Amino acid sequence: MFFGALDSVWETEYVAESREETLRALIEKVAGKPAPEDADESLFESGLLDSFALPDLVSAIEHAFSIKVPDADLNPRKFDSIARIDAYLSSK
Amino acid sequence: MSAYLRAFGRYVPERVVANAELAARLDRTAEWIENASGIRERRYAAADEDVVSMAVRAGLDCLQRAGVEPGSVGLLIVASGSGTSGFPGPAVSVAHALGLGSTPALDVPVASAGSVFALALAMRLTEAHGKVLVIASEKMSVLIGDDPNTAMLFGDGAGAVLVSTEPGGLRLVDAVLHSDGAYRDDLAFDGSLRMNGLNVILHASRKMPAVIDEVLQRSQMTAAQVGTFLLHQANLNLLTRVAKSLNVDRERVFTNIERYGNTSSASMLIAASEWAETNPVDGPVVFCAFGAGFHWGAVLAV
Repeated sequence: MFFGALDSVWETEYVAESREETLRALIEKVAGKPAPEDADESLFESGLLDSFALPDLVSAIEHAFSIKVPDADLNPRKFDSIARIDAYLSSK
Repeated sequence: MSAYLRAFGRYVPERVVANAELAARLDRTAEWIENASGIRERRYAAADEDVVSMAVRAGLDCLQRAGVEPGSVGLLIVASGSGTSGFPGPAVSVAHALGLGSTPALDVPVASAGSVFALALAMRLTEAHGKVLVIASEKMSVLIGDDPNTAMLFGDGAGAVLVSTEPGGLRLVDAVLHSDGAYRDDLAFDGSLRMNGLNVILHASRKMPAVIDEVLQRSQMTAAQVGTFLLHQANLNLLTRVAKSLNVDRERVFTNIERYGNTSSASMLIAASEWAETNPVDGPVVFCAFGAGFHWGAVLAV
């Protein structure tokens, strides 16, 4: 265990009733603050996620949903709100 | 024929610019800058120093450490993203100052990934040209504006490495290079420095570990077998994430960003020079850099 907080953010197992709930839990873990109630609220413009929290969130999403986000999908806009992440995961 | 890393060298300007000096101008605190970047201070070149003069100092330091006369260099490669625009690039001026006569001198204007691209070229070209002197030199302090997110990062300096076919030192095994112009506008200097930090860090944090894995897999190796990672010193938070992605102890990633900031292409070779001076030069070692373009790559030495 070399990385303290990063380990817990990337590798936590989530059991939630819905994908949106899981995403809220992931965002709260990465940001260290409550996720927005409004699924359409920008995670970046609100200041909740900064440029280093974004790759942490993408890694956490990959782990939680057992997917691999390809480089071609590494566009911050796809991860800018709970609704956009939900839509992206639906497309996978 | 094999290629070997004979010696490293460096030059950093005397003037130290601590976070406290930048803080007021950038409307940030010194602590905020350190938390956001891992940087405590950086060096700024004097008015009469430029990319060429710093490159010459680093090149001479490298040649002296190698015990090699400038006249025996068969090819000079100069990486710089902050050299003068237009032509000729800085390489011929550096070659002239070093007394290299008509020795070929090649510019690699690739910014942050320039030194890893130049090292990969040197590895391939040493068989044809003999000793290849690679220098990366940057005067970033004249490019930065008032945007705190970029102005806090950059410093000035130069690093160098001598590559030759004569056995001795670490042996260069393989290199992997990539470029993707789809992201050319995300990090650019066209009179002002622009950086889409979200996209740059998202891609760097994924592409650096990926290209390291790629170069290692081609030699049937894993990150766990690598003794030291010598990376572009972009941001301490990024280096920590690269180590995490590779599942290696963060201590195996050499860092000196806290003292020099991000010196773009020069940073990887300044880091290598300090590492070689203060540690047993044992392999395997992986070099890796990512930057504007995007360009990124990794080089393996054992």
